Amino acid sequence: MTTQTLGKDAATQAPPSVRTKRKAPHWVPYLPYLIPGLVAFVVVIGIPLVTNIMYSFQKWKGGMAPHTWVGLDNYRALLQDEQFWTSFRNSISMIVAMVVIPTLIGLVLASVLFDYLGKRFGSRSASVLRATYYLPQILPVAVAGVLWNWILNAQTGAVNEILRSLGVENPPNWLGDPSTAMPSVMLVLVWVQIGYPVVIFMSALQRVDPELYEAAELDGAGWGRRFRAITLPQIKPETFVVVLTCTVAALKVFGPIYVLTRGGPEGSTLVPSYYSYLNFFDKSKVGYGAAIATVLTLVIVLVAVVILAVQARSERKEAGGL
Amino acid sequence: MAVETIKAPPASRPDARHRTGTARWFILAGAILVGLLILAPILIMVLNAFKSPSDYSQNGPLSLPKDLYFDGVKAFWERVDFPQKLWNSIFISGVVAVLGTLLSLLNAYAIGIGRIKGRLWVVTLFLLATMLPQEALIYPLFTMAQQAGLGNSPWSVIIIFTVIQSAFGTYLLASVLGTFPKALLEAAALDGAGRWTVLWKVVFPIVRPTLSVLMIFFFIWTWNEFFIPLVMLTTNDTQTIPIALASLQGDRMMDAPTTNAGALISLLPALIFFLLFQRTLTRGVTAGSVK
Repeated sequence: MTTQTLGKDAATQAPPSVRTKRKAPHWVPYLPYLIPGLVAFVVVIGIPLVTNIMYSFQKWKGGMAPHTWVGLDNYRALLQDEQFWTSFRNSISMIVAMVVIPTLIGLVLASVLFDYLGKRFGSRSASVLRATYYLPQILPVAVAGVLWNWILNAQTGAVNEILRSLGVENPPNWLGDPSTAMPSVMLVLVWVQIGYPVVIFMSALQRVDPELYEAAELDGAGWGRRFRAITLPQIKPETFVVVLTCTVAALKVFGPIYVLTRGGPEGSTLVPSYYSYLNFFDKSKVGYGAAIATVLTLVIVLVAVVILAVQARSERKEAGGL
Repeated sequence: MAVETIKAPPASRPDARHRTGTARWFILAGAILVGLLILAPILIMVLNAFKSPSDYSQNGPLSLPKDLYFDGVKAFWERVDFPQKLWNSIFISGVVAVLGTLLSLLNAYAIGIGRIKGRLWVVTLFLLATMLPQEALIYPLFTMAQQAGLGNSPWSVIIIFTVIQSAFGTYLLASVLGTFPKALLEAAALDGAGRWTVLWKVVFPIVRPTLSVLMIFFFIWTWNEFFIPLVMLTTNDTQTIPIALASLQGDRMMDAPTTNAGALISLLPALIFFLLFQRTLTRGVTAGSVK
C-alpha cells in the first residue's frame, strides 16, 4: 500500500508554477536531505553485506591471518555439513513456535477479547488483559532467557523444585536433554511472542466496521460464526504483516538460543544464526561463518518474497471478486 | 450492550440468554488463566528475588520469602557495577533514538515530500535491510570498527543501530509524509519559505506525534538488542544491561536469588519505560502494521 502511494508518477506532483519549469526537475533540491541517510546506509549495511559475501569465498581465520581465495569451497562444504542442515531444520521449529502457534492463538485471543469479553465486561477489562499478554514482549530477550534458563534448570530450577516437592523422583533436565531441549525452547518463544499478534489483531479489529458485527449478531450468528465470517477475512492484511515479520524474526533468532542452550545439547537447538556466530567467533572460521550468514540471508529474502507474493495474489483475488 | 437488551424479546429466549450469562464467566476465567500463565514466570521471579538461598532450598520457589533478603540484589548490583551498565544502556539507546529519528525524518522528507526519482527503489532497499540477519553484517562491521578506532566503543553500536533503526523509520515515515496535505506545503512556499524552513516549521510540528512513537520504539528496540552489542562491546565497562546479565550465566555466584534479583533489576528499566509510555506505544504498534 505504501509503495503505491510512493510510486505515483513524479510529474503529477510538480510544485506550483512558482519555480521555473525548465531547470532541473522539482525533486533535485530535495536530494541533499537523502544524502546523509544514503551514505550511512551504504557504509553500515551495503559495504558490510558485500564484504561478507566476499569473505564467504575465502578461507580466513580472522585478524592478521592471511586471506585465501577458495571459490565455492565453503558452500560445497556446507552441503556436506550435517550441522548446517540441522540448523535449518531447527528453523522450522522456530517458525512453529514464533509464527504458527502465536498467530493462531493470537487470532482467537484477540477476537475473544474484542468481540466477546470487551462487549460483556467493558473494554477496560479487555485492555488490561491485552497489556498482560503483551508484557513478555517488552522484556529484553536476554533477560527473559536468563529467567527461563533458571526456571528450567535441572538442579535448582523452579519447575523441577516444584516437581520434586510433588514427589517426582527424577524430573527431566529440560534444557540439557536433547529430547526435551527443543520443546522447552519453543515454549519460551511462544511465551515471548504471544502478545505481539494479540495487540496487532486487536487494533486491526478496531478498524472493522462495528455494524458488521451488530448485523451478524442480530441475525443470530454466534461468536464462532462471526469469527470465521467477519474477523478472519477483515483482518487478513494484518495477519500477513504478522506472519511476515514473525517469520523473518524466527529465521533470524539468536538471543534466546544463546542464553538458553547455546545450540546444545548435541546440536538439538542449533539455529543458522548461532551456527554462523560459532564459526565467526568461536572456531575462527570466518569464511565458513560468512557462507552460512549469506545462505541465511538468501533464505530470508526468498521467504519474504514468497509471503509478499501470496499476499499480493490474495489482494488481487479479492479485488477481482468484488 | 444496549443493542442486546433491545433486540432480545424477554419471553422468547430466556434460556439462551441465561446460558450466555454463565458462559461469559467461563470465558473470562479462561482469558484470565492465560494471563496468569503468562505472568507466572515473572511472579516466580519476584517471589524468589528476595528469598535467601537456604529459604529457597527448604521451601521451594512458590513460598513467600520468610524475611526479605537483599543480598541477591546487592551481589548482582556490585558484581556487574549496575549503575555503569544502566548508564551505558541509557546512553546508547537514547542517542540512537534521537539520531535514528532525525535520520528517518530527513530521508522521509526527501522521499515522501520531495518525491525523489527512484524513491520506490530506495524504500524497497531500506525495507529489505530491515530483514537482513545481523550475522551477514557483523564480521565486516567488527573489522571496520576496529580500523576506525571504534573497537569496543559505544559509538560503534550507536552508529550501527542509528542506521538499522532509521531503515525502518524511513519506510514508516515516508508513507506518512506521502499523504501530507499539499495545501500546507504550497501555502508555505507562497510565503517564501525554503525547504529547510518548511521541514522544521510546517512538517515537523505536524508529524511530531509519529516521531515520538518512533523515538520510543527505537529506544526500546536498541535497549533490548543483544547480538551486535554482544560482539562489539568486548569489555566489562562498555557492556549494556542485557549483555552484563547474560555474561554472568553459569557463574558460581549466580544462585537462585541472585539470578532472580539480577533478572528483576535488569527488566525494571524496560518495565518502567513501558508503563510510562504504554498508551503511546500501543498506538505505535498499530502504526507499524497497516495504515
